[in-house]
Amino acid sequence: MKPSRTIAINHLTRVEGHGNIRIRIKNGTVEEARWEVVETPRFFEAMLVGKLWENAPYLCGRICGICSIGHTLASIRAVENAFGITPAEQTDELRLLLKHMETMQSHILHLYFLAAPDFLGVGSVLPLTRSHPAEVQRALRLKLLANDACDLIGGRRLHPTRTVVGGFTMLPEKAQLERLAQRLLAAQEDLAAAAELFATFTIPDFARETEFVSLKGDHCYPFIGGELVSSDGVVKQEEDYRAMTNEYCEQGFTSKLSRLSRDAFAVGALARLNNNFDHLHPAARKVARGFGLTPVNHNPFMANIAQLVECVHVAHDSLAIIKELLKRKWRPPRVPVTPKKGKGVGAVEVPRGILYHAYEFDREGRIVKADCVIPTSQNHANIHADLKALARQWAAQGKADTDIELLAQMLVRAYDPCISCSVH
Amino acid sequence: MPGPRSYLGVELARPRVGVFDFTSCEGCQLQFVNNEATLLDFLDLMELVNFREAMTEQAGDYDIALVEGSISRADEVTRLEKIRTQAKILVALGSCACFGGVNQLKNRFNDLKWVKKEVYGNFPIATQKVRPISDFVTVDFMLYGCPPRKEEIEKVVTNLVVGKKITMPKYPVCMECKANENICLFGLGEPCLGPITRAGCDAWCPNNRRGCWGCRGPAEAANVRELEAIMARHGFSREIIIDRLECFGGFAGQVAELRRQSEHPRKARSTGQA
Repeated sequence: MKPSRTIAINHLTRVEGHGNIRIRIKNGTVEEARWEVVETPRFFEAMLVGKLWENAPYLCGRICGICSIGHTLASIRAVENAFGITPAEQTDELRLLLKHMETMQSHILHLYFLAAPDFLGVGSVLPLTRSHPAEVQRALRLKLLANDACDLIGGRRLHPTRTVVGGFTMLPEKAQLERLAQRLLAAQEDLAAAAELFATFTIPDFARETEFVSLKGDHCYPFIGGELVSSDGVVKQEEDYRAMTNEYCEQGFTSKLSRLSRDAFAVGALARLNNNFDHLHPAARKVARGFGLTPVNHNPFMANIAQLVECVHVAHDSLAIIKELLKRKWRPPRVPVTPKKGKGVGAVEVPRGILYHAYEFDREGRIVKADCVIPTSQNHANIHADLKALARQWAAQGKADTDIELLAQMLVRAYDPCISCSVH
Repeated sequence: MPGPRSYLGVELARPRVGVFDFTSCEGCQLQFVNNEATLLDFLDLMELVNFREAMTEQAGDYDIALVEGSISRADEVTRLEKIRTQAKILVALGSCACFGGVNQLKNRFNDLKWVKKEVYGNFPIATQKVRPISDFVTVDFMLYGCPPRKEEIEKVVTNLVVGKKITMPKYPVCMECKANENICLFGLGEPCLGPITRAGCDAWCPNNRRGCWGCRGPAEAANVRELEAIMARHGFSREIIIDRLECFGGFAGQVAELRRQSEHPRKARSTGQA
């Protein structure tokens, strides 16, 4: 007699937002394996209608408590593209530096607070403060560094204050940037130790062939704007994002879902790395190779390692940006904004994957139509498909239900879902 | 670190603390684990027994419940009421819990059918008018802000632990802004609600040359009429003022009054003179 079991997890823990896992196995066969999203919707796209343009970045940053900076920057880019504003090079550099520091903050939070406890067999980071004090202190140091940098450039780590259409309300002092560079240099030792810790973890052996979608880097590892690419060979312009996201609604999800060449695709650190590996900083590529992570990797659990690799990349790239900024005199922080009728799209790689904001404005710059496509909503269908494949594979192997339950949770956590974001 | 703690020679109990979320961005909870330098000492003050975003273990009773988010669906009311029965002290954490937050902006359409259709087309989706948690349960304490300051969260929780009285400023953000020696944002050509918004944020946004949007709600005796006169002198329209006043839900009464005036200007003027 083969085993029969039911796994029902309501409001999965250690993820952002509310999602459920349902798995039903009868006589060793998976009858049902589902990912459900039950988060309450907030209707940001409706809220924005009729509002003046300046409301968009201010409100839309509040779609997310973890990647508020990424949302703000995508929103600003959409407004600037609609109004035909080209930001100064200095603004571009500061925005990328800010983006990098949010990436590091978010990845470290996920790696240590949300993911690591599973690999170390505990329920949260709290017991680790006693069993692994040095590691927890290291995580806090890295997170503090990244958050301090976000305060310095964006004015505030959560719901930034200085980021506006046209540039920044004010600039950091150069001496502060020099200190940040020193801390980033010192952090490299911590990042190397983080890689050593994660090398001791057993990454579950699972793979399902997947299409990966991200920005396409031409000369660098991409974060803000540019062409869109999929590992199945689709290439689109930023303004054609809808052809890349194909949103639809389905029972069991208060979030929308996406598909492209197949039934589902994945976005996030693993997608970025798979599509742009050669543009990673050499030090980051070295860490990736140490974990056997080279493109195209189809194991969703390796998204954890891809985040670690990106932390190394952004730390190095931030140092390079600061070096450039310190060479030059500060220019004015912002350019004037003149609203005009039109449409604009902003695509930004936020920690959990590619994010799109798109707005249509009337002549006075009031929003006529708004659309935001969130990384996690693009991932939901893929999480769902992975859960099915994973349950099937492990039920066939006769794994214990506690194992399947844990692995199913670890799978969802590997996507680092931001569920309330996806149900904006 | 672990071991008995005392304050003024009195041994302190570690209260059981739960963190909960409703319709929100979950940023307030993230603030809870920010301030990394003091985080471990702060967490050591309490026994964290329920914090879905950060831990797997969940307990059913707690001394202090910190509740983030606004209420926008029937099942949230049931869950909130249960949290209330299990908590000795319930704290509303952040502007969504206190006033409805940015989420309540959808209420201004008065037509939820249109709101649903605009986002989901014909796909059926459950939602209701966004309301603050105090519309459903007794709230013992409000922690304002979008986001709230971690220092304030630390202060309030610490005071609850040691049994100290908690006081919050009633004066406006302007006071803190002046004390910080900032250039007045009106002088820089930026609209600002600093003159009428409750302080306690240390003028977080004006410190960064961003005008205040009123996320903490009204200060005591907030004079919107005078603010509107100041704003008009600096060339800011009523629309600009309303955008800010209605952003987080803390000025709902004032916004309703301004809208009434815009719709019936003559009547409003005569009421004003009366």
